[in-house]
Parts: sequence; structure tokens; C-alpha cells
Amino acid sequence: MSDRLVELKGVTKEYGSVKAVDNINLTVSRGEFLVLLGPSGSGKTTILSMMGGFIVPTAGRIIIDGEDVTETPPALRPTVTVFQDYALFPHMSVRENVSFGLAMRKVSKADRHKLAEESLETVGLAGFGDRGVHQLSGGQRQRVALARAIAVEPTVLLLDEPLGALDLKIRRQMQEELVHLQKSLGATFVHVTHDQEEAMSLANNIALINQGRIEDYGPPNRVYLRPATLFAANFMGDSNIFEGTTVACEDGHIRVDTQMGQLAFAGEAEPGTNVHILLRPEQIRVGTADDDGMIMLGEIKVIEVVFQGTHKLCRVRAGKDQAVDLLLRLPQEHAVSPGDTMSVHARETDAVLLRD
Amino acid sequence: MGAWIRSAPAMAYLIAALGFIYLPVVVLVVFSFQDGLLPVPPFKGPSLQWYEKMFANERLVESLINSVVVAVSSALVTTILGFLAAYGMARRTPRFAGGIRFILMAPLTVSYLIIAIGLLITFNIVGIQKSLFAVGLGHVVINLPLCFAIIYSQFGDHLRNIDWAAHDLGASDVQTLLHVIAPIMKPSLFASFCLSATLSWDEFIIAFLLSRFDVTMPVVIFEMLRAGLTPEVNAAGTMVFAISMVTVGIAAMVMAVNHGERK
Repeated sequence: MSDRLVELKGVTKEYGSVKAVDNINLTVSRGEFLVLLGPSGSGKTTILSMMGGFIVPTAGRIIIDGEDVTETPPALRPTVTVFQDYALFPHMSVRENVSFGLAMRKVSKADRHKLAEESLETVGLAGFGDRGVHQLSGGQRQRVALARAIAVEPTVLLLDEPLGALDLKIRRQMQEELVHLQKSLGATFVHVTHDQEEAMSLANNIALINQGRIEDYGPPNRVYLRPATLFAANFMGDSNIFEGTTVACEDGHIRVDTQMGQLAFAGEAEPGTNVHILLRPEQIRVGTADDDGMIMLGEIKVIEVVFQGTHKLCRVRAGKDQAVDLLLRLPQEHAVSPGDTMSVHARETDAVLLRD
Repeated sequence: MGAWIRSAPAMAYLIAALGFIYLPVVVLVVFSFQDGLLPVPPFKGPSLQWYEKMFANERLVESLINSVVVAVSSALVTTILGFLAAYGMARRTPRFAGGIRFILMAPLTVSYLIIAIGLLITFNIVGIQKSLFAVGLGHVVINLPLCFAIIYSQFGDHLRNIDWAAHDLGASDVQTLLHVIAPIMKPSLFASFCLSATLSWDEFIIAFLLSRFDVTMPVVIFEMLRAGLTPEVNAAGTMVFAISMVTVGIAAMVMAVNHGERK
């Protein structure tokens, strides 16, 4: 029993001359909750479909549980997929849906009944067995789809944007339940979504997919706080990105000429190279600070304040001639209104140095 | 009142169009109840004598049973073949999907006479005698494109994932077809069965050219017509028409109910 449960080695899928998935190398450990995150059309669902066996890669190998399953049909893989549209069997009752996989495995009717009921209980639908699929709400259908998948005890559960059709409140609730479910089953989940908040609240590791490639891979806090690429920085949430030219580099510090003036950051770059500096809105603080390791961002002017419940999102202008747009996230109690001016700064360690 | 006047021409047009379509049928039906020897005006009052005569006509009753057998069995085969073809086309997206669909649908445009002649020659070579069996095969040939089209049109994208889900949960192709896809497609399978049974039921050219001793009802009606016009022919025609209408009506209702459910 290896720790590496699912391995994708150089997996590529071409449709004609279009590379939907381009040479992906990815490992999913046993018991991990991996989220494939990316914009629509990035190839994330194609990757999931190849893990599930619905699409055969043009090149590369897929290994699950030590076995090469690249061309193995879905029925013979230890994976089960939960589809975006749930793909429930509309002519069957909830119980028949959930026990379908067991029936195909020739489990006796009595055992099937018992196991289906257990699965339904796990997803919070105890006693729903006799209902028809048409009588259920979207959230309940989602749960039936989950119950149907876990009833056959797959080694890897593949989830294709399963929460996409649900409204926000049920969506958040289902996210929590998915995490609990994954922990209690001890199963391995691979989950596809385009919602970075969903990805962060679910994942042990996020694989950020863009144009068929892995743009960034790592635990949510790492991918959010220290994204590997400009695309990752932009995709993972609101961001302030300063573009500039390196003018000096010494002792692991660089000076960058930006529209905000010359700023010092931790990092290394050849003088003359173009760099981008990322600061998340919540990393920009109000006030002047003289301590070492602070980046002084100067005076800003507040343009717009949006109250968002947990915080205030402020659109401000900074830099020479107030030419730079910035986003700030201030505490609720912070009295601020459009037209205000204030000084802001950020911790040098928060800033992330990115290249083109 | 104003609206009435404005819509009057449209109303008149509708009535004229419906009259054009249904008047011959109405005349046929009315004169099947003629109390006289000729199915021509004046109408001499209702009588069931021609229906009595029709049911006493052994050759006609026998052909009626033949027609039912041919219609049901050919419709069954056609529906199964059409279903399998539609499933195969919907499930995979073969590179030549467009071409295959065209080849499957093209026979719709070929005249029955041409198909019948082709079948006649082919059956002769293969060694299939002119018979009800040959007629049934002919009806499968002419109805398959329509059945395929009806069933294929009902294969939506949602069925692809359902098909995948069934396979994913361990079902074989046959199990998926029997336990999942066919039950979901039941309404359109039924509609396709009804339509192809109806088309077979009142088809004449192929039935005439491919049969010899045992014949179907349209062929017998044709023979009766050649012997002379009697209200008995009207009665037989009325019967063919009534059974067709009932079958098509049931199919339409099943499709409508199914359509309503989906919404």
C-alpha cells in the first residue's frame, strides 16, 4: 500500500490540434482531499474524466492504487464519479438509485437495502428511500448522488463541480459536510470547481489548472498567500499587483521602481528585470510604521467604500498623481468614507515577488 | 366584435384547409354507413350492413389479422434497431457521426416503389420468398429512419452522464441499456413503436409487391376496389383509418405527457 494513490504521469489530451490537457504530472495521496481549481475551459473536468475512465488520454499514464488504469473502463476502476448534474436515474426511487451499484455487484436484496439505508443516513437522508427523484430538492438530489457513489465504497471519489447548481447557503453547508464525509470515510476525494473560496475551504491541496496545465499546486494557504504565478495570484482572490523594474539587488533585498515610487522587498532579481509585487487587500494596513521590514506605501485617497458584512472593501488611489488603483480590506469598525486620505503600509514579508 | 371580423378570414382559411384535408375521410366514413349498394350520394340513412358483410368476408378478416401481425412485429424490430442505433450515435461522437446520420436518414426520401423493387431483387438473390415475412422486412427498412430520428431526438446531454454513471457503478452495456436507458426512453420508444406500427398497418406498395398468398388488409382493399366500388370498401377503409388514428393518438398522448413531466 503506497501513499501515492493516484498518479498522473505526463497526461495529455488532444482534441484535433487543441491540447485540452497538456502534460500533467500530479499525485494524489491516500486520504487526501485534492481540489482541481480553474476557470471554465481550463481542462480540469477533462482531467477528472480521465481519472474516472470516461476519457482516454492521448498520451501519458494514469496509475491508481499501483495499477495502470489508463485504458481501463470506468466500471473496473476503484473510482466513482459524482456528476455536476447528479445523473440520477429518474425512473428509480431514491433507494433503487443508491443501491444500483450494489445490485450490479450482485449484492443480495436484503444487504442492498441495508447498505443503501446506511449510505442515505450518512448523507442525512435517512428514510428518504421510497421517494422518487422528482420529489427532491436540488440539495437532496446532490446528497442522493453522493450516497449512490459512496454506497459502493470507492477508493477514490471524483466530484465534478457537484455544488455548482446549489444556492449559496446550501453550497456552504454542503462544503462543510463534504469535508466531514471525507474525514469520516477516510476516502480520497478529487473535487473540481471554479470557485476559489470553495477550493480553499475543502482542499488539503489545490491544483490550479489553466489552459490544460498546472499553474500552481500546494496547500490552500500557500497557494493563496504565496502564489507561484501571476495567474495564480489573480485567480485566488482580490489582489493588488504592482509592476516595476528592479533597480538594485543586495543581501536578499531588491529595490523596485514602481508607480508607487521606489520600494524595497525581500527577494532576488537581476537589476533591470521586470517584476510584479503582490499584496492581498487585507495585507495593506492603515497608519505609518517606522519599524524595519515595513513597506511604506504613502498617502492614499479613498474613492469608494463597500460594506461587505465581515469587513469593508475600499477602492483607493495611491502613488504619484494618485494613478494607482488599490483595494483595501478594513475592519468593520474602521470609520472611513470616500474622500478620506490616509497613510498605508504593508509588511515586507507579506509581499510576493512574481515574474512575467 | 371587431376582433371577430378581423380574424374571420383566418378562420375561413382554417376551415377550408381542414376541409381539404379531412373531407375525403369524412366522405369515406359517412358512406360506409350507406343503406344502399353504392357509396355515392344521396346518403340513404345509416346502416351497419356493410360492416356485417365485411366481418363475414373471410379473406378480409384474415388479411386484417395478417396486417396486425406484420405491423406489430415489424414495429417491434424497427424500434429495437432504431433504439440501438440512436444509443450508439448518442453515446459516442464518432468522427463520421454526420455521415452516418445522413446514411441512416436518407431512405426517407426514396420512394417506396423503388425500395420495393430493390427488395424484390435482393430477396430473389438471397432466396427469401414473397411472403408476409418479406413484407415485414420491407416495413422495417422503410420505418427505421423515422424511428431512429424520433428516438435520437430524445437522447439529450443529460443521458450521456446517466449512461456514464451506470457504467461507472459497474453496469455492463446490456445492463445499462435494459435497466437504465430503455426505461428512461420508454415514452419515445413507445411513440416510435406506435408510429411505425401505423405506417406498416396502412402501407400498400411494399405489401402488394412483396406478398403472394397471404396478404395484408390494404392489398385486399385494393382487390375489392378493382372488383367495383361498394360501401364495403368504405367500411374496410374506415376500419383502417380508425385503428391508425387511435394508435397515433395514443403515441401523441404519451409524448405530450412525457414532455409535460420534463418541464
